[in-house]
Amino acid sequence: MRPEPAIESLRAQIEKIEGKGRRVKSVLPFGITEIDSRLPAGGLTLGALHEIAGGGNGAVDGAAAALFAAGVAARTKGKVLWVITRPDLFAPALAQAGLAPDRVIYVEAGNDKTVLACIEEGLRHGGLGAVVGEVARLDMTASRRLQLCAEGSGTIGIALRRWRRQTEASDFGQPTAAATRWRVSVIPSAALPVPGVGRHRWLLELIRARAGESADFEVEACDDSGRLALPAELVHRPASAEGRRRGASG
Amino acid sequence: MVLAVDAAAQAAGVRVGMPATKARVLVQGLIVHDHDAVADAQALDRLALWMLQRYAPIVTADAPDGLVIDSTGADHLHGGEDAMLAGLIDRLAASGVQARAAIADTWGVAHALARYAAKPALVAPAGHGSAVLASLPLAALRLPVDMITALHVLGFERIGDILAQPRAPLTLRFGPQLGRRIDQALGALSEPINPIRPDELIQVKRNFAEPIGAAQTIARYIGKLVVQLCAELGAKGLGAKRLDLICHRVDNRLQAIRVGTAMPVRDVKRLTRLLTDKIETIEPGFGIEILSLTATLAEPLCEKQSLTAMVDDGVPDVSDLVDTLINRVGERSLYRAAPIATEVPERSVRRIAPMAPDTGATWPGHWPRPSRLLTTPEPIETMALLPDHPPVAFTWRGIRRRVRHADGPERIRGEWWLRDAELTAVRDYFRVEDDAGERYWIFRSGDGEDPNSGSQRWFLHGVFG
Repeated sequence: MRPEPAIESLRAQIEKIEGKGRRVKSVLPFGITEIDSRLPAGGLTLGALHEIAGGGNGAVDGAAAALFAAGVAARTKGKVLWVITRPDLFAPALAQAGLAPDRVIYVEAGNDKTVLACIEEGLRHGGLGAVVGEVARLDMTASRRLQLCAEGSGTIGIALRRWRRQTEASDFGQPTAAATRWRVSVIPSAALPVPGVGRHRWLLELIRARAGESADFEVEACDDSGRLALPAELVHRPASAEGRRRGASG
Repeated sequence: MVLAVDAAAQAAGVRVGMPATKARVLVQGLIVHDHDAVADAQALDRLALWMLQRYAPIVTADAPDGLVIDSTGADHLHGGEDAMLAGLIDRLAASGVQARAAIADTWGVAHALARYAAKPALVAPAGHGSAVLASLPLAALRLPVDMITALHVLGFERIGDILAQPRAPLTLRFGPQLGRRIDQALGALSEPINPIRPDELIQVKRNFAEPIGAAQTIARYIGKLVVQLCAELGAKGLGAKRLDLICHRVDNRLQAIRVGTAMPVRDVKRLTRLLTDKIETIEPGFGIEILSLTATLAEPLCEKQSLTAMVDDGVPDVSDLVDTLINRVGERSLYRAAPIATEVPERSVRRIAPMAPDTGATWPGHWPRPSRLLTTPEPIETMALLPDHPPVAFTWRGIRRRVRHADGPERIRGEWWLRDAELTAVRDYFRVEDDAGERYWIFRSGDGEDPNSGSQRWFLHGVFG
């Protein structure tokens, strides 16, 4: 169904109020039509803050979320600033997700306040490809600051939400100014005809997208250039399955 | 008289303070050098300059045999007080200087602890009071030798004995110096450290008729000083790598700010920004009388002619961002990762400076690596067939997981060419996936057969995304 003209003009007005016209926005598409079509700009907006968290145990270890962020950062140009709080990020894994070690500058920050300050500094600079920061608490004020810095410089900011305990992950429901909010959970990999572990798979939940709707996708994890892929059997699945999935995600 | 002895002479029984003739009789073939006070003082000043350029903005020689450093605001850049002392002693040891060091609340206490308690490093807890001093000998108080002898005659051995005595009779007998040294050690009397500023360092200074205190005022004058400093640096063709701003307060205390850059810089705007970022760490107290700005470390800087490029080279310079972040979180906290050619995963990453030239190297990619690596592998309970099957199930952190799929083994051998203990050490790594789809990196220490190759116990080492 095509949207009404009145709604179109209202949308234009809202966009004007939101200050979206300030800068010609470019996007970073995933290269997967199913995902890109669900994002309002046709991809992840550069010059915006995006939130990524892990689901289940991933809320604490953030292993899949970190790789997802690495995949996004790998597809940008320029150096990447990666602000960490715990020293368990294993650089070879990032290299395998397409993020070459020469491109990543790590910053070890002791607490959330320093993490936020470092992300802000990185976003404001404008010369970086992406800024990734592991942060537990992110309130409206802090995220708004980061979002404004990102808008000003055009650098993509990724807040990798990671908590100390599973129970603190409920914090993820709090509103923030981020443009999109993702949850990445691991799901069983594709069964292989031989013993072994197939290509890793994630359940990618788009929980919130500004001016867009939420959705979820089953994807295959980043390859060596940071690209996701849709599992082969899902690309050609019957229409009824599509409807069921969407119903479940609502 | 013997003024200093090395370790060998010490072992032979030579002691400081012994007449030189006696020492010669005691040890056959003793090598004796005449004391050269001037050369000693010069060497100490050189060492002080070296400390100044590497550790803290306020350093001076504590003649005849020591250095005093005001480490306030400088220790966190070196990983905390303990790490800084350990690193300092190691570095000195590497250049053949045996040193002892201590950190305390006042110059007096640090002087005493470094000489009489440190083995070889000691950090007194902040707010330690007089308790740390009580058990030290009187000589630790920086008093003249004859006064110490006189005190010994009266039966005072330790500083604690003096502290327990009423002050007036002691002052009457020994003059004001004894009381002053005690007060300085206890922090009741301030003892400013007059930082060394050798002539070759570029320094600009501004005296204020009226003390200043507001952050905006300080920022404005920092801006003016930086302009002057950059002009002087420009005249010599240098760029600053380390800047020290010292604020002399009305109450005779010093406050210092140190900023560093990865490359030599002579950009007024950038240096001003680095300094003004740190204004909040200054406590102006009743006001600042003198601001002095020194380029502690300066290196030649060539002006680059910037051409308007027809094509964008696409690599924006981020060195200014790196400097800003280093000044915020410390030099050690900012790094890039570079590969080391080793099979042992926890040793395969080394840290290099953030602005180091690109190495282009990466890790071999034929085996997947987990995105989270535990700092120490955690033991797990497993059920597994030997010798080379993955476990059927394992228990980690109290949760039992059934293994659905597994990949492996990837055999990793110890670095026998570096460590003898790892000559036969083997680890067999498996990538396992449980029912819920969570993927872990586990290994068995040992090859499953030979007890020499490891304990044959299982560990979890990483979490895959």
